[in-house]
Amino acid sequence: MDAIQTVKLTKKYRDLTAVDALELTVRQGELLSLLGVNGAGKTTTIKMLTGLTRPTSGDAFLNGKSILTDSGAVKAMIAVSPQETAVAPNLTVRENLALMAGVHGFAKAQVKDKVADLSGRFGLGEVADKRAGKLSGGWQRRLSIAMALVSDPKILFLDEPTLGLDVLARSELWGMIRALKGKMTVILTTHYMEEAEALSDRVAIMKSGRLMLTGTPAEIKRHAGTDKFDEAFVRIVKEAAK
Amino acid sequence: MRVFAFSKRNDLEILRDPLNLFFGVGFPIVLLLLLTVIQRNIPVALFEIEHLAPGIVVFGLSFMTLFSATLIAKDRGSSFLQRLYTTPLTAVDFILGYLLPLLPICVAQSAICYGVAVLLGLRATAHIVISVLCTLPVALLFVSLGLLCGSVFTDKQVGGICGALLTNLTAWLSGIWFDLGLVGGAFQKIANLLPFVHAVEMERAVLRGDAAGVFPHIWWVSGYAAAVTVVAVGAFLRQMKRQ
Repeated sequence: MDAIQTVKLTKKYRDLTAVDALELTVRQGELLSLLGVNGAGKTTTIKMLTGLTRPTSGDAFLNGKSILTDSGAVKAMIAVSPQETAVAPNLTVRENLALMAGVHGFAKAQVKDKVADLSGRFGLGEVADKRAGKLSGGWQRRLSIAMALVSDPKILFLDEPTLGLDVLARSELWGMIRALKGKMTVILTTHYMEEAEALSDRVAIMKSGRLMLTGTPAEIKRHAGTDKFDEAFVRIVKEAAK
Repeated sequence: MRVFAFSKRNDLEILRDPLNLFFGVGFPIVLLLLLTVIQRNIPVALFEIEHLAPGIVVFGLSFMTLFSATLIAKDRGSSFLQRLYTTPLTAVDFILGYLLPLLPICVAQSAICYGVAVLLGLRATAHIVISVLCTLPVALLFVSLGLLCGSVFTDKQVGGICGALLTNLTAWLSGIWFDLGLVGGAFQKIANLLPFVHAVEMERAVLRGDAAGVFPHIWWVSGYAAAVTVVAVGAFLRQMKRQ
């Protein structure tokens, strides 16, 4: 069974069609990057897949569960790390992780184990008792992803996970994202082409709400007739605009 | 329970903000001390401690609207609430999680105010305990107003509306600082149609052990609290759907 399958997934806001009959399949354990210029429909797609926005028409199935008729089961298997660092600023790192474990209904002993496990995996031990609001952008982003993993999601949505980070922090986070590959299905949105190329098993390019192309980074480059991924992306998007 | 995890977070966010502690506890205590000193130098019946303390308690509770609304508006403005919307938390969990944790804070705030009032000369009687418990409908009113404002306004707007407008409305239209009868006319009529003066009069009656004097004020306060809670829940659900 595919991890995600969208069936003519559409979202309209009055006259604007933000996502237009999207047909996308994501395989189990795959890391798929959703690429597109601003307004391409990436965020709206993620919002629909995570139950934040109801589609105007069409449907999507996450591990076979419909986002329309089985949203409870869908919520139980997904996690989101939003673009903006979504942490509780006056809570410590440890308390933020415990909060996420608590809202997912874990018992007290499990909460403790979860916090210890994720603190170790993400190297958060040294800042565990610091308030999240006082951390640097890189640490906050790390915490944000760790919070998303508390529930052991089957499908993880990472929205611009390294936006605004310096090269070192980005490289560290890439390592953490790579470590997730194969363990869960990851949908990544990013504006950084090198990030998409370095991390993705496959890439899906969207333009004006429509899916233009899907393929491995190598296939995308071959399709565009260039060996540079960013150039390939530009060519494909420009071609679609004609 | 999921709702407790969320409630605990909201409690910590509010209690760890030094500005909240200053306005929630420090400011009412400063007012109590200051007005008691003034009353000792220039005796005014309105500022006698058994008259003043219930008013300060109600005024102090009005800041809960600001704290609650700011927290909710900030959560809405950031991606934090969106993150939580993708978890198994339900709409009821969110509403209870924002409302319930503030009620014990309100009770604690009222108890501290009455405790300070005892140190300043208020007779320590069992009526104080009942007075503290009777702040619950007043607390629900102000906390629900916070849920309403936090669901409708941005955190910047909340600062102006709840921080300046509501606290001033509570102060001016509650009979804490001056006898509303001295102004009379439309001003007094409007004040009597709003819950603030009734909250103060209810607390004053409970404190002096006047059971009959609690009525009809408690109906006004409870009615407003119930109505505002219903509207606030509606507003929160609406914004949740929009997000």
